[in-house]
Amino acid sequence: MSQSARLQLLHISKRYPSVVANDDVSLSVEPGEIHAILGENGAGKSTLMKIIYGAVKADAGEMLWNGRQVAIASPAQARKLGIGMVFQHFSLFETLSVVENIALVLDEPFDLPALAARVKEVSERYGLPLDPYRSVHSLSVGERQRVEIVRCLLQDPKLLILDEPTSVLTPQAVQKLFETLRRLASEGVSILYISHKLHEIKSLCDSATIMRGGKVTGTAIPRDETPASLARMMIGRELPVCEAPAFTGLVKPVLEVDRLSLASADPFGTSLSHVSLTVNAGEILGIAGISGNGQAELLAALSGENTVDRETIWLAGEAIGHLDAGQRRSKGLVFVPEERLGRGAVPAQSLTRNALLTAHRQDMKHWGLVSYSKAKAFAEQCIARFDVRCGGPDALARSLSGGNLQKFIVGREIMLAPRLMIVAQPTWGVDVGAAAFLRQTLLDLSRTGVAILVISEELEELFEISDRIAVLAAGQLSAAQPKAATNAESVGLQMSGLFNETAQPTESGHAPA
Amino acid sequence: MIDHLIPILAGTLAAATPLIFAGLGELVAERSGVINLGVEGMMLIGAIAGFAFAAETGYGAVTGLPAGALAGAAAAMIFAFFALSLSANQAACGLALTIFGIGLSAFIGQHYVSYSLPGLQPISIPLLSDIPLLGPVLFRQDWVVYLSLIAFALVTWTLAKTRLGLLLKAVGESPEAAHAIGYPVLGIRYGAVAFGGAMAGIAGAYLSTVYTPLWVQNMSAGRGWIAVALVVFATWKPTRLLLGAYLFGAVTILQFHAQGLGIDVPVQFLAALPYVATIVVLVVISRDRKLLQLNLPASLGKPFLP
Repeated sequence: MSQSARLQLLHISKRYPSVVANDDVSLSVEPGEIHAILGENGAGKSTLMKIIYGAVKADAGEMLWNGRQVAIASPAQARKLGIGMVFQHFSLFETLSVVENIALVLDEPFDLPALAARVKEVSERYGLPLDPYRSVHSLSVGERQRVEIVRCLLQDPKLLILDEPTSVLTPQAVQKLFETLRRLASEGVSILYISHKLHEIKSLCDSATIMRGGKVTGTAIPRDETPASLARMMIGRELPVCEAPAFTGLVKPVLEVDRLSLASADPFGTSLSHVSLTVNAGEILGIAGISGNGQAELLAALSGENTVDRETIWLAGEAIGHLDAGQRRSKGLVFVPEERLGRGAVPAQSLTRNALLTAHRQDMKHWGLVSYSKAKAFAEQCIARFDVRCGGPDALARSLSGGNLQKFIVGREIMLAPRLMIVAQPTWGVDVGAAAFLRQTLLDLSRTGVAILVISEELEELFEISDRIAVLAAGQLSAAQPKAATNAESVGLQMSGLFNETAQPTESGHAPA
Repeated sequence: MIDHLIPILAGTLAAATPLIFAGLGELVAERSGVINLGVEGMMLIGAIAGFAFAAETGYGAVTGLPAGALAGAAAAMIFAFFALSLSANQAACGLALTIFGIGLSAFIGQHYVSYSLPGLQPISIPLLSDIPLLGPVLFRQDWVVYLSLIAFALVTWTLAKTRLGLLLKAVGESPEAAHAIGYPVLGIRYGAVAFGGAMAGIAGAYLSTVYTPLWVQNMSAGRGWIAVALVVFATWKPTRLLLGAYLFGAVTILQFHAQGLGIDVPVQFLAALPYVATIVVLVVISRDRKLLQLNLPASLGKPFLP
């Protein structure tokens, strides 16, 4: 049977100076099989796929392709063998058109019109409609993924690797993708499907290899497993669940945004149009939507990086639209940005100094000079209270794992006793344990009467922690719905820009036409 | 009237020629994501190499231009080694190359200070050169002017219509993505920088062997910098670059005529006019920031570590 396997990996190992990314990994994929690689961030899945695709060289182990031993030295060679890869972070060129992007990976005479016709033909055959002449920067994330997939399909692949393909898709787009993948498998294409989403793997994959800490911890037939049993293999213990008690304090609006419009400074950005929202004390308002639909612009306007008209943003009844980020922070607004390294923290500075960045308002001075002992005490307290695993307050921010740094940044802001917290992608790239801790921390904070606004691409996360959910699509915000009154499907539809009537933002008479 | 216009327009083409070469070369390098501020230095190295070769062999520009191209490309390789292989700061490396070029060309040029070369005779293209006005302006030029137009056409066509042009743009936008799909990013950038050096070398050699066929220290007189500015203000589009170069050429020739007419303006001011006029006009044309950002090679000036 091993003779007929499309791809077989035997004892693959890869070491980096500080970490063993793959340790004695073996797996086997048959023709027409959809095989899941399940594991957390940092489990070594992506490294393994890069080894198969020839982008990274393994230190030890061998690879059999259709029963013959191969050494893949480059992505070009992998493509020649019939291995196609759809990257997690797309490898597309924004300023080029769809067909130009595809032409760059094909080894054939340069003839754009002929290729455009083939792109159209293949994309329609597999239910992935694409206009070959559109510029990639004007495409939605889902459409970009189609470009990547069609690009692989044109090379007539025997093995297709997809790295976290659904992390940026709406639920409807995920269903469409699965249909395409099943169809490809029925035509004999093997698929390696990398994910940490258990229900997807259960519904799509024929078999699964589970990885943790660079090692294979088990293989399974996903249909026969439960999400809990898969999770145990993936993280080594039960999947943590968040608790959301009811808020018992006085409900009053803390953040109010009234018909905020903002033209984007970025030519590839999305302008905001009449965004209105309210966040009350003691609740978490979740804003769903795919990045690039005005998320960056909304965050900049709310945090104060972009100032707007005075009368468009209110904090506890006071108009603050014209205030800059520092002035807004002084009034009790804190902000946890999406990019931890570079915006949330300075990578090459210690945690003590990073604490000073926003906590300096807490009288961290001594005779008018910065008091590092006070800053250090603050950092130590933050590390202890929020379970930040690190080398102490002198550890550099960049030496922390994503989850621990995020705990430190969120903790730092919570210790400032805010009235309003704005968080972007709170658990992006964070392992399951830290993600659960962060979600619970946000829930606990909100129940003390703090208003929290969370912008996230992860629908499951929003449904877990939010009290109300709104959707930001194409620069417009839908009316927020109580969590119980909506579901993933209807939010997914809104994410594609299809607001229903009740969700339409209310236009008032004096809004500019 | 026409008698005045013909020499002005014909002179414009010749004065713009070095800028077209140097600008096209820098445009290609920048499309690949490398900003080489050493254009002025590479022009001077090309100028002295071309002049020395032309003087020693006695064949003039026919040997001077290829020698200038080779010398310019060699100088560009020094830059490329530091800026690409060693990932040093591109702006600093380019400035160093310019300073090096000024010094090296002055040092070698000591022997040639009193030399002069015969220059080139215009080539009249039969029939076409008899067209009134257009004929003498466009079709009674030296062969290097024609060569600059061929180079323009080739670069424009390559960038717009070929896989190589697409690849240059791709590498300039996202070297990481180009690497991920298996292209040799550094190799492509080396090629683009070498092309830029060769073109700057030709521009310099044209100045020293054809345009003013004698050796003067620092004879490029800031044209390398204008070429760098042209590329940016032309938003990395060859056609706008060509127009900018002709604008510079036209003002250069006009101010010579103004000096000849004895207009009561300081000579220094007139001499500065082409530079000022070109920059001002280009700034006004390219004030659309969105257009600038859309065409800007996103990785410009950033080192790539594979």
